[in-house]
Amino acid sequence: MREATLWTLHLAAGVVILVFLSIHMGIMHLEDVLTALGTGYRDALGWASVVMRNKQLYFTITYVILLAAALYHGLYGLRNILLELGPGPTAVRVIQGILILLGASLFVLGTIAAIAAYVR
Amino acid sequence: MANGSQTGQIGLRGWVYAGRFGLERYAYTLHRITGLGLLLYFLMHICVTSSRALGQAAWESVMGFLSHPIFRIGEFLVYVAFAYHALNGVRLILGELGLGLGNPVRPEYPYPIAHRRQRPLFLALMIISGILILAGGWDFFVTKH
Amino acid sequence: MCQRNEHSGQALSDEIVREVVFRVQRYSPGQDRPVTREYRVPVTRGMTVLDGLHYIRDNLDATLSYRFSCRMGVCGSCGMYINSFPRLACQTQILELNSDLVDVRPMPNYPVVKDLVPDLSQLFAKHREVQPFIIRNEQELEHPTAEFLQKPEELLRYLQFTYCIKCGLCLTACPTVATDPRYLGPQALAQSYRYCADTRDAGAEGRLRIAAGRDGVWRCHLAGACSEACPKGVDPALGIQLLKRLAVLRALSLKKPHSPAPVAGKRTGVERRPGIPQPPPPTVESR
Repeated sequence: MREATLWTLHLAAGVVILVFLSIHMGIMHLEDVLTALGTGYRDALGWASVVMRNKQLYFTITYVILLAAALYHGLYGLRNILLELGPGPTAVRVIQGILILLGASLFVLGTIAAIAAYVR
Repeated sequence: MANGSQTGQIGLRGWVYAGRFGLERYAYTLHRITGLGLLLYFLMHICVTSSRALGQAAWESVMGFLSHPIFRIGEFLVYVAFAYHALNGVRLILGELGLGLGNPVRPEYPYPIAHRRQRPLFLALMIISGILILAGGWDFFVTKH
Repeated sequence: MCQRNEHSGQALSDEIVREVVFRVQRYSPGQDRPVTREYRVPVTRGMTVLDGLHYIRDNLDATLSYRFSCRMGVCGSCGMYINSFPRLACQTQILELNSDLVDVRPMPNYPVVKDLVPDLSQLFAKHREVQPFIIRNEQELEHPTAEFLQKPEELLRYLQFTYCIKCGLCLTACPTVATDPRYLGPQALAQSYRYCADTRDAGAEGRLRIAAGRDGVWRCHLAGACSEACPKGVDPALGIQLLKRLAVLRALSLKKPHSPAPVAGKRTGVERRPGIPQPPPPTVESR
């Protein structure tokens, strides 16, 4: 049942990403559309608005949630693709080890950056 | 053997094309490609945006470097990939849990195909995806140069 | 020599209505790579691709090898890759292909034995691997006394998947099978679901351990090509998705295993109506 749990998490992470990445993409790439519709704020990538978001607990928490969900969803998907290339048992173990290591280290990096930016 | 390998498998080419199949098989291929693209971007994105923890100077030098038109176009491709992968993903989550596929039926000719019952949903999602891509394109290339 | 086709009202006759070119992939053991040969085949109404191959073998090239048996879509022997689609040769009308060229190749994703004959042993091995039989821990299976009770709507939950003829066309269509030799594939997984969904069965847990393992249902991504290729309307993709749902519900403990359908009890208080003959004696010794 281990594989069933991993797959269910993949789907659940997909739903989490759908919600939070839509917000992220809306703020970053549809700002003019949203402004035209009467919402949103300008210059999402300017230092002032970056600091503004960094200092809000809401953005820091959702950032870490999105980071975890997206890393899991993406690396599980990559594992699917790699396993479907038909590697041998040793190669499977190596692939999984590398993916877990990669995911864990990027999660730590992203979380440290988010916390550091919040407390600055 | 005759098809190239011991097992006769088509190989990687089979992920892309193996005959005249319906839309869903090509949606699968595109889902893989966009997924890989998004993952590659996302891994770099984590490293790049972490520079905000180092202060304004570091952030603005990174953003200045990334304002080159090549990166802008690359970013738009990432946006397009997201719009497709997310909305096709909605269909896949429903379908892979057996939702919207209907129940098994007696196989009477012409044979029903369960995932075709999801076609209207698929097309509706692709229309939404297209609208999002157009809106994003307006934002990327018209209002910001 | 003229029959009337009851459905279309058209005459089935020996009249040649078209001439097509059969481009057939040929391969013999020991050869480095397959070659293609072309044969001109006169087509009459109602002629199938299998009939065309018969014509070639009888009139043009007696060395052509292909596998067939029933000629009517029941045995699953003549699966081939015809004009870029996996089909049964016996069920494919040449005229319906609507092309002057009929391209015939052995099914991809299988080793080739000779010409159009694929080696299906992997398909059968995977089929056996998923435990495609009723499992319950009781004497009743070995020494039956009566039938198991099952409602018609319970039958309908798996009936569609019982129509599989093991032709293997779905594995030709599947993108995962193209690269992953260990993937159980649409045929075996649909059969796994067929038995898991059977109310008479009590072996879903052991069966799911195989079908929901690393080489099982999770390698399917709903490309749906298997269902399009299936010549019997089995819809293996539907079976796999339902099996995924079952595996997820079991993993999250949202669905408890059902107790298997009971054995029909002895009828009491019922008398045989007069004039109805007695059934023949049982062929199996009951204990």
